[in-house]
Amino acid sequence: MLMKDTDKKRVLREMLFARRFEERCYEAYVERNIGGFLHLYPGEEACAFGVLEAAKPGHDYVITSYRDHIHAIKSGADPKKVMAELFAKETGVSKGRGGSMHIFDVANRFMGGYALVGGPFPLAAGIAKGIQMQGGDEICICFLGDAANNQGTFHESLNMAKIWNLPVLYVCENNLYGIGTRIDRSTAVVDQYKRVSAYNIPSAQEDGQDFDKVFTAASTAIKHVRGGKGPYFLELMTYRYRGHSMSDSNAYRAKTEERMWSDRDPVIMLRDRLMASGALTLDEYKEMDTAILDEIEDEVIRYATESPEPPVSEVERFVLADNDPWVKGGVK
Amino acid sequence: MADIMMWEAIMRAHDEEMANDPMVIAMGEDIGVVGGTYKATTGLYDKYGEQRVIDTPISENGYTGLGIGASFLGVRPIIEIMSVNFAWLAMDQIFNTAAKVRYMSGGQLQAPVVIRSPGGTAHQLGSQHSARMEKVFMGIAGLRVVTPSSPRQAYGLLKSAVRCNDPVFINEHELMYNMRGDVPEDEYFHPLEGSEIAREGRDVTLFGYNISVHWCLKAAELLSKHHAIEAEVVDLFTLSPLDREGIRNSVSKTHRAVIVEEAEPAVGVGAEVMAIINEECFFELDAAPVRVSALNVPIPYNHAMEKAALPDENDVVEAVRNMFGV
Repeated sequence: MLMKDTDKKRVLREMLFARRFEERCYEAYVERNIGGFLHLYPGEEACAFGVLEAAKPGHDYVITSYRDHIHAIKSGADPKKVMAELFAKETGVSKGRGGSMHIFDVANRFMGGYALVGGPFPLAAGIAKGIQMQGGDEICICFLGDAANNQGTFHESLNMAKIWNLPVLYVCENNLYGIGTRIDRSTAVVDQYKRVSAYNIPSAQEDGQDFDKVFTAASTAIKHVRGGKGPYFLELMTYRYRGHSMSDSNAYRAKTEERMWSDRDPVIMLRDRLMASGALTLDEYKEMDTAILDEIEDEVIRYATESPEPPVSEVERFVLADNDPWVKGGVK
Repeated sequence: MADIMMWEAIMRAHDEEMANDPMVIAMGEDIGVVGGTYKATTGLYDKYGEQRVIDTPISENGYTGLGIGASFLGVRPIIEIMSVNFAWLAMDQIFNTAAKVRYMSGGQLQAPVVIRSPGGTAHQLGSQHSARMEKVFMGIAGLRVVTPSSPRQAYGLLKSAVRCNDPVFINEHELMYNMRGDVPEDEYFHPLEGSEIAREGRDVTLFGYNISVHWCLKAAELLSKHHAIEAEVVDLFTLSPLDREGIRNSVSKTHRAVIVEEAEPAVGVGAEVMAIINEECFFELDAAPVRVSALNVPIPYNHAMEKAALPDENDVVEAVRNMFGV
């Protein structure tokens, strides 16, 4: 599947928006408008955008970990409502009850951010089971980091997905670190796609910094899964620029290593490719960036700032279903 | 009324609910081709097929999580965990996902799963197959916990649990699957909240649940026969949320309370019921409430030691006699 330059320009804008959105989250955290744990995505943008451009966001189901803002936005969530969630506001996607690690937008089939490493593996297989029972052509796409693959749920879920031929695509965003521990110090087999062969599931490894390569690899993977051939595992080699979370000093990585990856920045690589093909000028790019910064400040941050907090009187709402008739033994 | 065994009652509830709604599925270890370790899913595999009656790998956290994920899309899984001891392995998905997803999504998602598992101690199964975990489940906000003492309750509770939009844990008992009892011939949905008076009495309330209801009933007969003490037996078929009103009403009537639990005392049903009595009706009491519990030990293999570790009707009688000084 080939993509036109006009579509790539749109993607470039979306990726740059994602970069600026996350950088603004960093500032908002320092300003104490965002609390709790905050895990940021800069450096890894080509993974979410490459895969979801090849998928059908809003139609396909997406589920991920706590590094979830951008996957939600690319799935169709309103950035204003994502930021409002981070600001703990009633207008947030999860009504201020979830926070950064629990972004949900079920109307757009973004099935959530989960904070237990490896927790979404079986949930994704279950969503795929639901799709299978309903008989639709949707797939479930589960984005998780490399370190999640050392959880038992990885093995349990791959096994079940294979024996039941479930329409699930597991995308491994391999950023080389599980919190602060480098992959070769925690993991016997460093190439994650190889581990999947134990379950007879097709897999591939791709450069996660290069949008075009991710898009192509994901297109192959999605064709397989949507075609009823069962699960697929796609490993994308990438890097996060910041620490695991805001509370991570990020002192465990060599500056030379960081530079090596930032020299292959996914946003800049896509920009340069579009400039080389004549589809984009540097001035256009700068205008795009300025417009994005203005949009984030004037619309996203403003909306989050001005929105009301949820009423504390509602703290016990959403624990259980409201007035479920079966609690009383049904409707007589 | 039909006089059937508890496993038959559970099987009937599965069958009716699966016939009623094509999105109801059953899953667990050996539940399909084999029909379930305790026969509770007998015949379902042949009737509904392998897509809906799923023999899972021995991956408790994995298949529980899979059921929860499927429930996000409207599937209604009835998940059997073969022994409650194995439910420890699934606690991550039960605790972190099923019980919390409605809340942390601001009401967008729900996890209407039913998780059934035999708790309790059977005969000489040793420390790792004799856990009683109801105290763990009942401490989780967002999870309903019920526990049947009869085939009627087992049938009706499962039926309501399947249709309820909350995750429900059903605590069954390994020794009770062959227990007989009357179940209505007509379809019956048991409430998921409340308690039942299993025996009327005026002198003391014996609170039991699941198997301990039967110890309480036996103790009540002995107390009536030998000591002229008429005990009321309250069946706490709902462990979460506990029936505050039912507890208050009975204690306000009898003014004395004994709570009988098969589990160790710490942080358990007895402790919780006592706290509710304190909060709801302390000044109705004529004596300090007492709990009859298991010893705080892993369950031993040796039969005499196993028996010593667990309470029975004689311990209940003794607790009441001590309370009355007779």
